[in-house]
Amino acid sequence: MNAPLLEVEELRVRYGAVEAVHGVSFLANAGEVTALIGANGAGKSSTLAAISGLVPADGRIRFDGREIGGAPPHSIVRAGIVQVPEGREILARMTVEENLLMGLRGRDRAEIASAYERFPILRERRALLAGSLSGGEQQMLAIARALLAQPRLLLLDEPSLGLAPMIVKRVFDTLAELKRQGVTMLLVEQNALRALRLADRAYVMDLGRIVMRGTGPELLRDEGVARTYLGG
Amino acid sequence: MAEQLYNAIFVGSIYALFAVGFALVFSVLDILNLAHPVVFMLGAFVALFFMSTFGLPAALAAVAAFAVTGMFGIFLDRVAFAPLRRRGAPPLSAMISSLGFAIVVIRLMELRYGPDLVSYPAGSLPQTVLQIGDARLDGLRLLIIGLAIVLMVGLTYVVRATQLGRDIRALAENPRAARLLGVDVDRAIAATFFISSGLGGVAGALLGFAYNAIYPQMGTPYELKAFTVMVVGGMGSLPGAVLGAYILGIGEIAALVFLPAELAELRDALAFGLLFLVLVIRPRGLLGHRVADRA
Repeated sequence: MNAPLLEVEELRVRYGAVEAVHGVSFLANAGEVTALIGANGAGKSSTLAAISGLVPADGRIRFDGREIGGAPPHSIVRAGIVQVPEGREILARMTVEENLLMGLRGRDRAEIASAYERFPILRERRALLAGSLSGGEQQMLAIARALLAQPRLLLLDEPSLGLAPMIVKRVFDTLAELKRQGVTMLLVEQNALRALRLADRAYVMDLGRIVMRGTGPELLRDEGVARTYLGG
Repeated sequence: MAEQLYNAIFVGSIYALFAVGFALVFSVLDILNLAHPVVFMLGAFVALFFMSTFGLPAALAAVAAFAVTGMFGIFLDRVAFAPLRRRGAPPLSAMISSLGFAIVVIRLMELRYGPDLVSYPAGSLPQTVLQIGDARLDGLRLLIIGLAIVLMVGLTYVVRATQLGRDIRALAENPRAARLLGVDVDRAIAATFFISSGLGGVAGALLGFAYNAIYPQMGTPYELKAFTVMVVGGMGSLPGAVLGAYILGIGEIAALVFLPAELAELRDALAFGLLFLVLVIRPRGLLGHRVADRA
């Protein structure tokens, strides 16, 4: 039994007068993949934004037993929670290598070699502006950059969004490889089938609430989930 | 002719030091810092203070001007910009706020020093003349040009090759991505203001040395020039600002050389006309990003 690395309790996220997340609670265990699935607008991305400290939120967010709610984003990154944001948000006007250096944050440059071993295409493109990469390559860059920040918990916001099916498969192959290596992940996805196949534990969100929870295989077998989210 | 070209490079160097700081703040925060001319003026007076009170040599006084005006830049941000930033105020508010700040500081300086020209202590500035062929060149200006170039190379190094520089560029391009990559935004903004204002302050001190005449309003004529230079170079592009600054410097001196004496008053018109022409041909500026890249 793994200890929970991340504990979220009664999290509420409000944008002005509109509340997008209405008190959600969930856990992410060390060494596991936890998935948040649900339709567009369910509050999944807002939940991740709150964990990363990008938006103010009510409720408790404990990481490794320590309360991190209200901390600024950079200290959350330093604590070990690193997000690969939706839309990848690579720095288009920097080179591929400079993007990777942003992940390293001044640590030994030699560590970049590990990113190039995992994604040889990035080594080939290292001197190009990141904005010139294809969508799939940008996603590889965003993941490589986040890994160089030595995450203890990797947050992934819709990593398959806007990518061609073949590229989506490669992204999920990469995530499966990271899972084998023991990287703890919290994955937000609309592609519920792939997310549930990868996940040890999953939560279904709808309209800002968690409406169902279980292990990945349990939710894959669930008829309601199949009907609503898997197109079954 | 050689003397005129020499002066053009000197004037361009001052414009460049002034404009890179202005462009740096714009590139990171999308605001026009209308208090930048105040920092320029303060640099000249800080140097004066250290030279007349502590007898510091001019070179060390310039270093002191960099440090003091750099710190002043951080103070300026805390007072004029940070409160607006926290409330998500539009860039126009920041412009007005910095303008108000500038007026207050200029008036305070006028109370202390009067509105008239002030000189550096007698004998505190090196006075050498270089005789090269027929040309007589002011040696002090050569030192100033050299120092300006060293500072711009240093700035380029910091921005391109250090983690602080990458942090600043990341913040300029995509604040959300920068936060998620662990950039301490407050620290990066403070560093941006320190560098921007430090360079502006040194520029003021150097100009003060060259003319040996400083006054509280001395920064004002540079404001519009720096703005123009930045637009022509490409909004927020540092190499663009430097390039634009030297073009303006050379354009002004060229107008002086080639226009008949009775039309000398037109020198600004000619220089600005040249810059306007650049914009007509190339709306995004000489080294600007296409709008699509900034999105």
